[in-house]
Amino acid sequence: MNTLAYLRSLAARCFHRSQVAEDMEEELHSHIQYRADDLERSGLDRAEAERRARIEFGARERFKEECHQAMGGYFFETLMQDVRFALRILRRSPGFAFAAVVTLALAIGANAVVFGIMNGLLLRPLNVPQWNTLWGTTYGTEPGWQSYPNYLDLRDRNRSFEDLAAFKFAFTEMEEGKDLSAANGFAASGNYFDVLRIQPYLGQFFHASDEHGPNSAPYIVLIYAYWHSHFHDDRSVIGRVVQLNKHPFTIIGVAPPGFQGTLLFITPDYFMPIINQAQVDGDDLLSARGSDRGVFEVMGHLKPGVTRAQAVADMNTVGAFLEKTYPKEFSHQSSSLEHEGLTSFSGPASAFIAGLMLLSGLILLAACTNLGSLFAAHAADRSREVALRLALGSSRNRILRQLLTEAVLISLGGGALGLLGSFMLLRRLSTWQPFDGAPVHLPVSPDAKLYVVALALALVSGFLFGIVPVRQVLRANPYEIIKAGSGGRRLGRRITVRETLLVVQIAICAVLVTSSLVAVRGLMRSLHSNFGFDPRNTMLVSTNLTMAGYSIDRVPAMQKRMIEAMETIPGVEHAGLVNDYPPLVFTAGNKANVFKDEIADLRLSNVTAMPYRYNISPGYFAAAGTPLLAGRSLTWHDDKSGPPVAVVNRDFAGKMFGSVSNAIGRYYKLQDGTRVQVVGVVEDGKYAVITEDQQPAMFLPFLQSPSSQAYIVVRSHRDSQQLAGAMRKNLRELDSGLPVDTKTWSTLLAVVLFPSRMATASLGVMGMMGAMLSITGIFGMAAYSVSKRMREFGIRVALGAQRTEVLQAALGRAIKLLAIGSATGLFLGILATRVLASIVYQATPRDPIVLAGVVLAMAFLGLVATWIPAQRALSVDPMMLLREE
Amino acid sequence: MDQAQLLPGTLDLLILKAVSLGPLHGYGVLLRIGQITDSALLVEQGALYPALFRLVRQGLLKPSWGVSDNNRRAKFYELTAAGRKRFREETEGWNRLATAMTAALAARPEEI
Repeated sequence: MNTLAYLRSLAARCFHRSQVAEDMEEELHSHIQYRADDLERSGLDRAEAERRARIEFGARERFKEECHQAMGGYFFETLMQDVRFALRILRRSPGFAFAAVVTLALAIGANAVVFGIMNGLLLRPLNVPQWNTLWGTTYGTEPGWQSYPNYLDLRDRNRSFEDLAAFKFAFTEMEEGKDLSAANGFAASGNYFDVLRIQPYLGQFFHASDEHGPNSAPYIVLIYAYWHSHFHDDRSVIGRVVQLNKHPFTIIGVAPPGFQGTLLFITPDYFMPIINQAQVDGDDLLSARGSDRGVFEVMGHLKPGVTRAQAVADMNTVGAFLEKTYPKEFSHQSSSLEHEGLTSFSGPASAFIAGLMLLSGLILLAACTNLGSLFAAHAADRSREVALRLALGSSRNRILRQLLTEAVLISLGGGALGLLGSFMLLRRLSTWQPFDGAPVHLPVSPDAKLYVVALALALVSGFLFGIVPVRQVLRANPYEIIKAGSGGRRLGRRITVRETLLVVQIAICAVLVTSSLVAVRGLMRSLHSNFGFDPRNTMLVSTNLTMAGYSIDRVPAMQKRMIEAMETIPGVEHAGLVNDYPPLVFTAGNKANVFKDEIADLRLSNVTAMPYRYNISPGYFAAAGTPLLAGRSLTWHDDKSGPPVAVVNRDFAGKMFGSVSNAIGRYYKLQDGTRVQVVGVVEDGKYAVITEDQQPAMFLPFLQSPSSQAYIVVRSHRDSQQLAGAMRKNLRELDSGLPVDTKTWSTLLAVVLFPSRMATASLGVMGMMGAMLSITGIFGMAAYSVSKRMREFGIRVALGAQRTEVLQAALGRAIKLLAIGSATGLFLGILATRVLASIVYQATPRDPIVLAGVVLAMAFLGLVATWIPAQRALSVDPMMLLREE
Repeated sequence: MDQAQLLPGTLDLLILKAVSLGPLHGYGVLLRIGQITDSALLVEQGALYPALFRLVRQGLLKPSWGVSDNNRRAKFYELTAAGRKRFREETEGWNRLATAMTAALAARPEEI
């Protein structure tokens, strides 16, 4: 073929479209005139001749279309034509266009957000070279957290890793000149940067060769962003000395931009050698094999040729060796490897995201079925137009193409809108700091993958719902439809595709509504559940005396003075101290091994229970509002000179001694062999997380095991602002160099409630979206069936039908579908919420309020959705209608 | 009068032949075909135009607007160089086919 001619023709088609169409029109017109001239000569009058000429010519529109096709440039031409036509149609039915675009925007927006979160948390690798051979290890008894000596043994005894690095967190205050600010760092093993294979942006990193025993390497490396924001890109910081908790450290380097440590959602401000950590926070864990707080995560690259399975087997061998060598300090369960970044959190995070994806997928499905029925109704409304076009010689192919173009247009519009919304939401999320003062962020900035996914979703769903009316169009018989008119379509008792879709959609929406109600109820219950203490009207003040320069032997006396200083504040009812962290703060909880008194061999396999261990002052229970069940509380006489005593919780008493009353006065053993006498029993509570099963706990006198890190619990009905001010003032009077941080206990609970809050919020949003979708779905269906049958209703009313009868005729079917769909959805929802129970505390579907709530909600939705169509059906005026036809 | 259905693909050749005898507008092509086939072949009026447009796109015909003898504006078609070449080729091809077909259909048992 002559390519040039084709291209010229194509160009002409594109650039002179209207001219070409006029041209063609004129040519065909002149043909008919010539023919009419001939016919006129044979004796017909002019009008008759022209009529005959037109009939002889045949289906003019079809030939015109074939001409366009023959001219080439057909695809684009048709596409443009279809797009223009579709836009015209959509402009003519704005309600339909609006409903469709918004529905789709919601669904695609929800999916894009969920994908963005998944992309940020699960799919994104750490920003380090060869991230795919860098593995984080899970080792010992739980993911994350193991002892430093165990890390050293794993590092030196394994044969699978090139090297293993470790890190943990360091919460400090950084003092630079006169500037003092909280700065949180990673305390990392010397080989950390070498294992990660990264190079400094400025200065140098610390290395394994810098480690010469405890506190031998007072160096820090700054994160690029921290250097940028706090040191204003000042290149002369290298070599400068800053104070971390009043200990001098030299800045030796700045990490490259883009490197944010080895945890995806916690960005440190700096890195310090782990061997120097004892200096800044006072806990010397470098030789404590029994402590699982030595390091947080251990990671390294596998040696070339070593498989994951081989490495895991190797780690298990080392674990078994350690367990045999240190039976009192180490018990090995199993090892595994995960891509570094989410190592310790990948389980819950993936479960959460999988749940979200499932729900947002359901939303998309519901939206598609909704749109499918919308489109089917829309196509049925246009059946006359389609029939006309068929009669005029348009091919069915062409009509389908046009319908699909319309669907794709809508889906692109909805997709763009949804993407825009999700883009803004993700932007907000990525700069969101869920917890005040904690360096937690969600790395969910939208990227190119998100656009691709949203576009794909939009197109796929566009085709999905565009397909629905196809059968309808293909079956359409133009003569029947035109003859019967729009009002004459039989509404059979047969179940149509549209009705099935509606039931499916309502069922999906009922599932979403059920799940969100279950979650909300669960959250409400967990907020009001028994924590074992009363967080209302309590203020917590965190104190770290090591930071303020106290040596450990001066700590208990100072802490006692601090408690007394709190008690003298007017309006304070009780004050008490707890070492480390109070229950439900930062999910921190120390567990300890305890043994029955009669057990002599204190190896880990003989452990009787692993209670949470709290070291408390005498006033703690009163301040926390924990009820004492039996025996006595601790006193100031339970100090180093007194015998070891403990108060335990109800669960501990039951597990160890059988009952509460049995426990008083009895003995049990700690890991180090100390015999402890139980002097009192307190009510059970929650300790690390809200969703935990009931755990045993023991409370030992803080005077018998001093620690510099402690919280003082202050109970008072005074205004929290004033109270905090008074507390700060009194503490400053004791020692002006004391770092003081006050917060209400309820504020700190936000951290442990975060997962269930997030789950509930997302489920709530999904449930709302489900509800909105079912409203539009039912509304569409009811409105459509009413408008189709207005003439019938008119006749009914004219023949004397009552309002209720009209209503039943108009909406009976929609209501029935709603009932079937809701019942199915409720049933499925109850099955689905079993999964929820793992995230949301006390989420149970067997809750009369939830069941009634779902039924009421669906009934309410039905009422809202059918209100307008019902009004329309009732307002029917038989005379008007009959005249119209 | 009996009219034979056009064989597929023959319309193009007929149009080329009609136009090769002198520039024609669409209706003229139709009349010319009727004339040269002695009205033995039926060409649906509308179906002519897609074929004309196709031939133009292939660069075989060149359209131009003009005024006909009875003062009506009409679009006239004439052969291009490529059109004349194609017409010769197709005519030869058709003749070969027709000869072969005629010979084949005329074959009698004793000739085999």
